[in-house]
Amino acid sequence: MSAVRCLSRGLSFARPAFQTRSFLIQGNKFYSTNKVAQFKGTKNQNGNYTVTFIEGDGIGPEISKSVKDIFAAAKAPIEWESVDVTPILKDGKTTIPDVAINSVKKNLVALKGPLATPIGKGHVSLNLTLRRTFNLFANVRPCRSIAGYKTAYDDVDTILIRENTEGEYSGIEHEVVEGVVQSIKLITREASERVLRFAFQHAEAIGQKKVRAVHKATIMKMSDGLFLSTAREVAKDFPHIEFSEELLDNMTTNPNLYRDILLVMPNLYGDILSDMCAGLIGGLGLTPSGNIGDECSIFEAVHGSAPDIAGQDLANPTALLLSSVMMLQHMGLNSHAEKIQKAIFDTLAEGKALTKDLGGNATRSQFTEAVISRL
Amino acid sequence: MLSSRSLTQTLFRTAKASSSRNAVFPATRAMATVVSDLFKPTKYGGKYTVTLIPGDGIGAEVTESVKTIFKSGNVPVEWEQVDVTGVVTGNSHPEELFRESVNSLRRNKVGLKGILYTPVERSGHQSFNVALRQELDIYASVVLIKNMPGYVTRHSNVDMCIIRENTEGEYSGLEHQSVPGVVESLKIVTRMKSERISKFAFSFATANQRKKVTCIHKANIMKLADGLFRSTFHEVAKAYPRLEVNDLIVDNASMQAVSRPQQFDVLVMPNLYGSILSNIGAALVGGPGIIPGCNMGREYAVFEPGCRHVGLDIQGRDQANPTALILSATMMLRHLGLDDHATRISQAVYDVVADGKVRTKDMGGNSTTHDFTNAVLKQMERQ
Repeated sequence: MSAVRCLSRGLSFARPAFQTRSFLIQGNKFYSTNKVAQFKGTKNQNGNYTVTFIEGDGIGPEISKSVKDIFAAAKAPIEWESVDVTPILKDGKTTIPDVAINSVKKNLVALKGPLATPIGKGHVSLNLTLRRTFNLFANVRPCRSIAGYKTAYDDVDTILIRENTEGEYSGIEHEVVEGVVQSIKLITREASERVLRFAFQHAEAIGQKKVRAVHKATIMKMSDGLFLSTAREVAKDFPHIEFSEELLDNMTTNPNLYRDILLVMPNLYGDILSDMCAGLIGGLGLTPSGNIGDECSIFEAVHGSAPDIAGQDLANPTALLLSSVMMLQHMGLNSHAEKIQKAIFDTLAEGKALTKDLGGNATRSQFTEAVISRL
Repeated sequence: MLSSRSLTQTLFRTAKASSSRNAVFPATRAMATVVSDLFKPTKYGGKYTVTLIPGDGIGAEVTESVKTIFKSGNVPVEWEQVDVTGVVTGNSHPEELFRESVNSLRRNKVGLKGILYTPVERSGHQSFNVALRQELDIYASVVLIKNMPGYVTRHSNVDMCIIRENTEGEYSGLEHQSVPGVVESLKIVTRMKSERISKFAFSFATANQRKKVTCIHKANIMKLADGLFRSTFHEVAKAYPRLEVNDLIVDNASMQAVSRPQQFDVLVMPNLYGSILSNIGAALVGGPGIIPGCNMGREYAVFEPGCRHVGLDIQGRDQANPTALILSATMMLRHLGLDDHATRISQAVYDVVADGKVRTKDMGGNSTTHDFTNAVLKQMERQ
């Protein structure tokens, strides 16, 4: 009798423990119920969305003007709020002005031109500051071959999503003894799941049927292994999307793999592969990019500020334009996005109004006019 | 052709020279054991004994090709084959065989190796490929990326050499889980090994009449680790004023590699970036099936395909391209001083490829591994 009681006590003891465990397992699904990083902005009294515009340095203001002109011509329901992010010194640290931070926090979405990063000043890059301030955890880089601009590789069509907050970029490094440095790559289930769930949801949103996780779990069994096992878990929640996994080595060796597929990967691999993909389609002047955060998202051109051609009406605004198209898609303004994107691609495909970097001799304003005439 | 011939000959001398010269940092003295005369494995009965590890996946097929070619060419090499495998089935003992392969390599000092499979599972064993390199301290991986005459790819005039640190960095194997769901993986960079590989790269460049050495890193993010690699590289570079020196961030280098690969000459980099760039490089000139490579240390040299792909997916189908392993084997022959044999075989391979009639699937043809081997044999007879 007492043994039975004991047992039942033991059982009743065991139960809460078990519940706690299952709670933990559920608790590990940080983002299962809500859509990750959904745009929650609202229209203002004019029926428009306000978007923070960081025009940037060098060619930034010119290409920003192209975006504004084209958006106006396309009657996109967007009002711009230009802010300056020139670093200021606050409590002995360089940081971006509060005005800019508050603007992004209020509007929840921003478009950003290229920023000149001062070299060797020892302060954290502005991009990194923005990323940290707004917790932009995923970097989305679509790469699609552009008809009208021939490279050695045609029909590249991929979207690359990169985890943006941890991994090799954790910034945890120390010198153990003189001449021996440890650099820590940090992988957490939480951040992995967040970016993976976002990747699958993004694939759903844009009608992409295949998602592939890129890893090096043969060597980094625990860290990349965690990323990979999380990917397998998350994939179960998206049964209609075909999930596959590929070693980093095989990814880089075959450009034919970059077709009709969405790739998701840890930080460093994403950094390298996204730039490599940009190389496949003709450089950073043609690749848009979006930084997605829980609350705010920032879309940007990833190329440099090109001070040498600033103010000469020579810059190619394509990257920023395509980024703004991504932004419209993120905000759910798909019809405007499609209209503008089509106008851009048609203009490029026609090849009459190409800027100098694409081998044409049109000016930036001629290119912009050509896009507008197609709207 | 000429440069590639002199190249392998000097590889090993380079490996030794770079670790014996220690002018820059006295702390590395321990590494600089005196190297007497040019090392060569002992010959028995006029033949060299070489450890042969066919590896997993396509390994068995491509090593068979090499064995056939060597036999028909009367190459004075005796194989000591160890069938170590990374694929674990039932009650096999992969670790034992792995120990045996290491011991064999220690005896023979030279090996030819296919790639061993590494399971992705966390419970699976560590990579034998990596363990072997660390065990034998074959620290310098050399991967030659060059267009093959007659085989047209997206890029022409590519001729670069990727020298990769093989024993530390991201492949240190040090990982731990701090709390459930949080994993730390340690990347180790030491001055000693950075210096050693930099010296290897510079000596290699000098010995092969190369013009430029580029250091690939990510020091803007990993300021200490890759920073140490980069600063050590530039420190070593001072001793080689006749070579052009620059450094590039790895993501930029990858972008440059796919758009303008002709700008690269000799590249030196930490472990993981080497894996990425050698694979990108392979894609430029025709895929992993044609890229030879080797791993050099002070005492041992192991020759293996440069891209290190297992190829489990096409195993046993007689589809694999044996070019990478054959060319790696000819590099090995040059290392042994058997230049005539090496030239004869590699020339036959180049001729078959240039001829274009017999090509395996990865090169756009329909021929089998055996067809290719036979074509090489015929070509050798004709010479």
